[in-house]
Amino acid sequence: MIEIKDLRKSFESKVVLDGVDLTIEKGKITVIIGRSGEGKSVLIKHIIGLLRPDSGKIMLDDVEITALKEREFNGMRKRFGMLFQGAALFDSMTVSENVGFPLVEHTDLNEEDVLKIVKEKLRRVGLEGVEDLMPAELSGGMKKRVGLARAIVMDPEIVLFDEPTAGLDPIMSDSIGDLVLETQRALQTTYIVITHDITLTYKIADKIAMLHEGRIIEQGSVEEMKANRNPIVRQFLEGRAQGPIKVY
Amino acid sequence: MIREYLEEVGRKTEYVINSAGAIAIMLAQAVMYTFVPPIKLRNMFKQMEFVGVESLFVVILTGTFTGMVLALQSFNALKRFGAESLVAPTVALSMARELGPVLTGLMVTGRAGSAMATELGTMRVSEQIDALVTMAVNPIKYLVVPRVVAGVLMFPVLTIISDFVGVVGGYIVGVKFLGINSGVYIARTLDFVNVHDIFYGLKKSLAFGLITATVACFHGFYAKGGAEGVGRAATSSVVMGSVLILVSDYLLSSIMSY
Ligand SMILES: Nc1ncnc2c1ncn2[C@@H]1O[C@H](COP(=O)(O)OP(=O)(O)O)[C@@H](O)[C@H]1O
Ligand SMILES: [Mg+2]
Repeated sequence: MIEIKDLRKSFESKVVLDGVDLTIEKGKITVIIGRSGEGKSVLIKHIIGLLRPDSGKIMLDDVEITALKEREFNGMRKRFGMLFQGAALFDSMTVSENVGFPLVEHTDLNEEDVLKIVKEKLRRVGLEGVEDLMPAELSGGMKKRVGLARAIVMDPEIVLFDEPTAGLDPIMSDSIGDLVLETQRALQTTYIVITHDITLTYKIADKIAMLHEGRIIEQGSVEEMKANRNPIVRQFLEGRAQGPIKVY
Repeated sequence: MIREYLEEVGRKTEYVINSAGAIAIMLAQAVMYTFVPPIKLRNMFKQMEFVGVESLFVVILTGTFTGMVLALQSFNALKRFGAESLVAPTVALSMARELGPVLTGLMVTGRAGSAMATELGTMRVSEQIDALVTMAVNPIKYLVVPRVVAGVLMFPVLTIISDFVGVVGGYIVGVKFLGINSGVYIARTLDFVNVHDIFYGLKKSLAFGLITATVACFHGFYAKGGAEGVGRAATSSVVMGSVLILVSDYLLSSIMSY
């Protein structure tokens, strides 16, 4: 279980997170929604220690991870996997070198065993025969799949997704949604997904939390959120320009 | 008017001091992590190939033509004193002590330094450096150390090559074009040039390699603002690298002359 308590973060004078409180349950898919630029990426970067808060804390089970030193955090990071918005594949490496990278860095497995695991993970994300391609040769959807394979290659307990469907067509988005569900069901991993894709959210979420103006304003199951009467939530879920949220 | 100008000067000064501090910190970390196991030789060799082998052509070209023009110009000057044969040591000493290391430094900064800044900058803005961190891999150790090591090791090697082709270029112009006796040219070179002169230049080039690689890594590593930011990182790394090479060349020369 991950507990985020009164998390605050500003960049220079710009307040991005203004007291985020959120509990993320083990073995479930939590989807954090919110408009672009609301600080969703900033929020998950705190969970994996890429950013440090100005105040507040994040507890992972009984450990206050926001209080860990960089070196101590590294031990913690092996429990995490992360799929970045642009997939963040290393463009100087082949697909199989990318996916196998954490294994090569952190295990004593020989080349053969690494390749076996890489192929198994690639199959799990629906890719075969792409091992020797370079990232530049992949389509957007394939990059995300490779990124997901790399994120789960060490069998992490927690996987973070930054906009897994951004920039994909609706059909590809749906198949990424399927993949998220399949990979999560297989190992009962804790998944944290941030997105502004409502279709995806309804498809995969066990719990939805909405980030607005630096705080989690509402949260609940898909059914609860669909029934939520908060006009800000309604406007966002229905995708309307008119409403309490100002469009600049 | 004056106030605005002073504010601008203040901002620039602040920027220079901040960068100097950040570069020093990055260098200190790189030095420390160089000796922390596991030491990944593969990445180092890849960077050494990139800095060394791929700069060979441009270094040979600049070295040769510099030697040639040095011969030509010094011949015109020395002829007036009837000391034409001193063209030989003039070329060799200038190459070994100054122009070999400095020109190599400037050329490789333009070529490899800008490429390093671009590569790391791209990795920064496309979140590849963040990805390394999330996979519990230290990006300084993984990305910066091999580049700094490659710079420190390959700059002296390239400088020796530059010295050599410069002397050859000087010989070609002096002997073939200007008619200095070949035996005399070689004898004069050996008479006047000491192995200390070569080491003198190599010590400088070692410092230049350190400067170029560290400055390039710094600008790339902290790039921000998309493709435009990557371009800015490349430009800044070349400008700052070149200026620092010339400034440190003077400082090192004045220190080493005691
Ligand atoms: N490293 C940073 N430095 C300064 N500002 C940042 C940084 N990271 C994010 N921000 C700002 O924080 C805000 C939220 O960004 P982000 O979390 O990326 O939004 P999103 O919800 O679209 O993922 C943006 O206004 C962005 O400009
Ligand atoms: Mg984002």
